[in-house]
Amino acid sequence: MNAQQKQRFAFASIWTAAMLTMVLLTLIVGIIMVRGLPSVTWEFLTGTPEDLGREGGILPTILGTVALGLVALLIATPLGIGSAIYLTEYTHTSRLTRAIRFGTESLAGVPSIIFGLFGFIFFVNYLQMGWSILAGGLTLALMVLPTIIRTAEEAIMTVPQAYRDVSYSLGATRWEMVTTAVLPSALPGIVTGVILSFGRAVSETAAVIFTAGTALNLPVSPFSPVRTMAVHFYILAVEGISLEKAYATGAVLIITILLINIGANMLVNRVIAKRGK
Amino acid sequence: MKERAISIMLLVAALGALLALALITYFVFQSGLPLILEVGLWNFLSGTTWNPTADPPQFGLLPMIVGSLWLTVGSLVIGVPLGIAVAVFMVELAPPRLAQFMRPAIQLLAGIPSVIYGFIGLTILAPLLRSTFGGPGLSVLTGAIILGIMILPSIIAISEDAIRAVPRSLRDGALALGETHWQVISGIIIPTARSGIVASVILGMGRALGETMAVIMMIGNALIIPYSPLQPATTLTSNIGLELAYATGAHRDALFATGVVLFVLIMLLNGIATAFVRRPAFSRRGT
Repeated sequence: MNAQQKQRFAFASIWTAAMLTMVLLTLIVGIIMVRGLPSVTWEFLTGTPEDLGREGGILPTILGTVALGLVALLIATPLGIGSAIYLTEYTHTSRLTRAIRFGTESLAGVPSIIFGLFGFIFFVNYLQMGWSILAGGLTLALMVLPTIIRTAEEAIMTVPQAYRDVSYSLGATRWEMVTTAVLPSALPGIVTGVILSFGRAVSETAAVIFTAGTALNLPVSPFSPVRTMAVHFYILAVEGISLEKAYATGAVLIITILLINIGANMLVNRVIAKRGK
Repeated sequence: MKERAISIMLLVAALGALLALALITYFVFQSGLPLILEVGLWNFLSGTTWNPTADPPQFGLLPMIVGSLWLTVGSLVIGVPLGIAVAVFMVELAPPRLAQFMRPAIQLLAGIPSVIYGFIGLTILAPLLRSTFGGPGLSVLTGAIILGIMILPSIIAISEDAIRAVPRSLRDGALALGETHWQVISGIIIPTARSGIVASVILGMGRALGETMAVIMMIGNALIIPYSPLQPATTLTSNIGLELAYATGAHRDALFATGVVLFVLIMLLNGIATAFVRRPAFSRRGT
């Protein structure tokens, strides 16, 4: 085989790999959508499950998912943005910042089942929150914290230095500079990270099932146990309760993730377009 | 005064992640380490029987360790060549329009909940493999194929960054010397991006090792030491996920002890990956 033939063979293989990946994605999304969408009706989205989920809808699991996601973001967003501001605007590289970065990076690598173990022993048992929105939300908050820190940090670092200089020259203090010059400009990037974190809260199972529980009731307080959509989907499938409802719940999950990704991408594109000017 | 207070508050926020890591480490180890010390680390890791409710209970992790090993290696066999090929494709071969279309698609692949992957393994792939190869269908092979697809986005994202970071001058110089594009890719670009690609593989490995719910759905959960990919298995993670809901006493401690083993393994992998690139633990998705 000469160099040209080798190239032709190699490129054909690479094209095949790329197209195979796209086909796999299409298959996975397609199968769930085709089999699930017909059962996704208004009654399904707004009804309560009956007979363990064999009949009825998934409203409590939608509310549970939203509640957990909101608690997680309510805690992780200020912490994450604060951390990013501190690391980018308030300090230089030191032993302390290296330790903080190590902590953040390590936290990003911890598998979700470990978060589940921790949330179970710490929030559920030690702090006696029981299986609840609060325990699940707090566990998720720690899980998404690294994502929020990283995206906020990246967004802040792309703010032109001139903005800061101008702000200082007008007599702003550091915090005034951050709030009037840096944050408004970094906001779309920060929001992107927050939206993607909500996506992680939606798709998470292992960390949630042992901290928020599997109760199918409508949540009434932060101490209510809840079952998220992903957990409901898992239970429907693994316990063989209803394949039809599992596909339908899966379709709702995928649409949610799709909307979250589209929203995040629109924000990113807006930032890129603005920067291009 | 106000400025000072704000700067202290920001520092406290910044310490949050570090504190979280410390708390997680402390509580998982506090719950799991005593049992490891009691059973003995070597006995715990090399014991072939897991029977936590027997009298006396037996805590042997070997079946799960072998299961995790099978599954992780298997998913890498599927995911690594495919992932690196797609990364090369995105940077070197894809027409810009196609790349623009594929990027959000790969992002979606990363965002799809792991339980959906597990479900596809359970309802589509397992019956397919059962009718093709026989056996139970829910097996190491099913899990490895689906996990291989699941780790693709991490491998693609980090490899792509590494390949993109190869200086233009290097490849332009080689092209000018009359090498074919493929010779440049295989002889210059991939070797130069090697450390980033290795990091992506290690992080993919971490993801495969850490995945839980999808694995439970696909691999049959048999507490045996599998000697063929067509056999069912149990992994370190899937066993925790399956038994934590009802475990009490020493049984529960043993699950936390399994968590300790997993935690140490993942931290080692992350450490190795960090040594290969500067900021790798920030995979686009995490675990």
